[in-house]
Amino acid sequence: MSTQGEGRQKISPMAVWLPLFLFGVFFALVIYGLASPASRDVESAMIGKPLPEFALRPAIADRPGLSSSDLSIGEPRLLNIFASWCIPCAIEAPQLETLNAQGIEVVGIAIRDRPDDVAAFLARNGNPFSRIGADDVSAVQLGIGSSGVPETFVIDGNGIILYQHIGVIRREDLPLIMDKLAEAAR
Amino acid sequence: MRGLLFLLVLALCTPVVWAPLAAQDTLPPAPYAYEQLEDPALEARAQALMETLRCLKCQSQSIADSDAPMAGDMRSQVRKRIAAGEEPEAIRKWLIERYGDYVSYTPRFTALTWPLFLVPMLIVALAALLLRRRFRRGGEG
Amino acid sequence: MIAEIGLAALWLAAALAALQLIAGSLSLTGKAESLTGTVRPVAIVQGALALLAFAALIALFARTDLSVKLVAMNSHSAKPLIFKIAAAWGNHEGSMLLWVTVMGLAGAFVAQFERRLPEKTMLATLAGQAFVSLGFYAFLLISSNPFERLNPPAGEGNGLNPLLQDIGLAFHPPTLYLGYVGLSVAFSFAIGALLTRQVGPAFAKAMRPWVLGAWIFLTLGITAGSYWAYYELGWGGWWFWDPVENASLMPWLAATALLHSVSVLASRDALRIWTVMLGVVAFSMSMVGTFLVRSGILTSVHAFAVDPERGSFILVLLAIYIGGALTLFGLRAATVSEGKQFALVSREGALVFNNVMLTAILGIVLFGTLYPLVTEVFDTKVSVGPPYFNPVGAVFFVPMVLILMVGPLLRWRKDSFARIAKVLILPVILMLGAVAVVLGIAEYRGIDGALPFVGIVLAAGLAIASLLPLRERNLLRTPLTTWGMVLAHLGVAVALFGMAVESAYKVEKLVAARVGETTSVGPWKVELRGIEPVPGPNWTAIEADLLASYKGGATSAVKPQSRSFWTPPQMTTESALLTRWNGQLYAVIGDEAQDGRWQLRLWWKPFVTLIWFGGIMIALGGLLSLIGRVAADIRRGVARGRIADRHESRAQ
Repeated sequence: MSTQGEGRQKISPMAVWLPLFLFGVFFALVIYGLASPASRDVESAMIGKPLPEFALRPAIADRPGLSSSDLSIGEPRLLNIFASWCIPCAIEAPQLETLNAQGIEVVGIAIRDRPDDVAAFLARNGNPFSRIGADDVSAVQLGIGSSGVPETFVIDGNGIILYQHIGVIRREDLPLIMDKLAEAAR
Repeated sequence: MRGLLFLLVLALCTPVVWAPLAAQDTLPPAPYAYEQLEDPALEARAQALMETLRCLKCQSQSIADSDAPMAGDMRSQVRKRIAAGEEPEAIRKWLIERYGDYVSYTPRFTALTWPLFLVPMLIVALAALLLRRRFRRGGEG
Repeated sequence: MIAEIGLAALWLAAALAALQLIAGSLSLTGKAESLTGTVRPVAIVQGALALLAFAALIALFARTDLSVKLVAMNSHSAKPLIFKIAAAWGNHEGSMLLWVTVMGLAGAFVAQFERRLPEKTMLATLAGQAFVSLGFYAFLLISSNPFERLNPPAGEGNGLNPLLQDIGLAFHPPTLYLGYVGLSVAFSFAIGALLTRQVGPAFAKAMRPWVLGAWIFLTLGITAGSYWAYYELGWGGWWFWDPVENASLMPWLAATALLHSVSVLASRDALRIWTVMLGVVAFSMSMVGTFLVRSGILTSVHAFAVDPERGSFILVLLAIYIGGALTLFGLRAATVSEGKQFALVSREGALVFNNVMLTAILGIVLFGTLYPLVTEVFDTKVSVGPPYFNPVGAVFFVPMVLILMVGPLLRWRKDSFARIAKVLILPVILMLGAVAVVLGIAEYRGIDGALPFVGIVLAAGLAIASLLPLRERNLLRTPLTTWGMVLAHLGVAVALFGMAVESAYKVEKLVAARVGETTSVGPWKVELRGIEPVPGPNWTAIEADLLASYKGGATSAVKPQSRSFWTPPQMTTESALLTRWNGQLYAVIGDEAQDGRWQLRLWWKPFVTLIWFGGIMIALGGLLSLIGRVAADIRRGVARGRIADRHESRAQ
């Protein structure tokens, strides 16, 4: 065969079907992606791990602040990450009240917030918290792998993070959270 | 959410890229969120790291170029830790322990990410094969 | 009334596309020779009807007819006329209509003017074009009717979003669509050629102007989009490897490869299968890009763009077009010969090498962009970003640029390096000089930090090497296409230089400054002279009054703003840029700090403007080549016409 000549070689049958095969893989992948859209929440990788050490100053005058030692006293706690500037946080307030009314101790961390704003927010929406720590630079939030407000964590009596609920706690989420708390109490 | 087709997307729908004012906090930014470290060498290390960490609130920006308050808080953490002498990779590891691999734009070699490293090698091999076949024949004539 | 006319025109156009497909296919099988003559006129009328429908939509938007749902949702009577008109395609339905219109017009143009191809291939091409259009007509008429009425009419429109009233935004989508439609024409040619197995120079010559045109628009689109991100987002970045950006880069990479292989096919009758393959891939990439953006399937991309129904529709079209085309390719490619052979060291050899490199980069970008989707199957999230794409892309990009320096100097078919070695001394010396300079002033910052310096060295070499094809030539007689190539390659060097220098030498300064304070960033001294509120038509802004001086020279005012819009309440930063020949000062004003200080973000970005300047040079190079090609085609057509006339008159 000279370079002048017409190349009569054919490309191999495998190579000819390779593009269609790759397209098939792509197609299968996106079909799967469309059929089961991934949640956009960023889950904490800290589930099952102990809380990091922290000590936060009180976020309002009439509740004490929060430190990690308050969360390993042998009883499970519900840790709610919220902020007065967070609109969905007001929506979940009644659910937190419900939980509190059932004897569950709820502690809070207010993210990047002013004492006056937090107080006003709690006056408006009710205050289910026994302790509220102020996290002005999201340090604890980053420490426990939380990526937004509101988020709620179930902490067991030894200070281990058992469960993370991302977003607003709706009424229908309550049983699951109660279950997780019961699990934590065991 | 940068760039090009973004425009197109933007033109197609009401953007919520700019967070509504109502859902913004009013606290001043954390220390070092919008401040550089004194030492330029340390700042360069911090900057290089921040460019490879993902802003968790904004989905597709690094913390080095986001105005989200949480990105500011993450920058604050990074700069403080770098200033305290921590290694950038140790800080990355710390964040990955909390948020998983999602938080880092630099893929690690793990059970789930090995194809990211294998596929380029496969492509090199495929390219070499393609070129070799092409030229082995033509090269003689 | 206008809306009904538009809808009727759209239905008729769709029906004609169906007719075009059927007539084209039947005449191909030889069952209905009588239909052969109808295909071209049908294509032309179809284009005209699509244009009529689009004109109707423009008219509805221009007069803000609020009884039309689309107008009510996307426009507002108080908008300036230009933005009312732009609103017509600034939404899903309108942009789809724009797409089919441009596609119909392109089909009409091909039907009217393309006479080089064998008639059968031509019919197959037009049938293919109708096939593609038909899908989009179906999309419009079934799920996104732009002419839907609203009963009762809305009192006022919904679309007064000030952020969307941007002239760049108004013209960006049409630019991209022109690019995509150009690639769809190339796709139709590839299908036509595959069907009739006539993959040769005539096919390549017919396809080439469409590829070139598409490529020019895609280049401009990416360049403009990058500049928009740079000045609008307020952090000075110009490329983020975001999935949406990658979606626009992939068709460009494929089109660049196609552009070069189609040239080899046109002038050397080689690379037949490869060219057809790239023709399919290039259009696939524009569809894949559109799908990725619209479906919102990738976590990172704009949650607000998600529309699963429309995403699925595009996916179905994608499956039909691309799956069909690749099946056809699988069936036919084995029976098409590869064409003429050539040596490793030859112009073709260099082009093939770079084609493979471009395709490899395309593969990496596609794979890296989709990879997060793969891990989600296993319920894990990962991020793939610049630290992955930069070094992995460089593996293929660096050898590509090296070959790009040599390739245009080589002869077709067979050559030797010895022949061109003497010519290459100049770029080699320049690169060695650049290495010395870079080593002298740069500190080593790991592999990632080293890339910009590699870029500087390559850019220096390529800048000279790209001019070498002009040596020993009579510049006045050098064909436009050669000028185009030289300019485009030089543009690559210029853009690369801008990217590399900006990455290596940008200086960032974040300060909390008091009024009256002076701060320095790189060679600049910047004084904060005051902070003033500025009222706008539908926003108020805080404006920083900065006075900047370069190395103690004359001062200029720089005024970045932070704007608050009322409806809807939104904050935007308006960065202020001060451009010098050797770079830009980039200033952004942030929030007020506690003690009366103001957050300022300042950057000195040396040679950053070269990035977009290079992009424009690349597009201009494409334009020169296109003009050169089309002029040659017209000359040839005229000459052929004269010969035909002469034959005719002699026959009479």
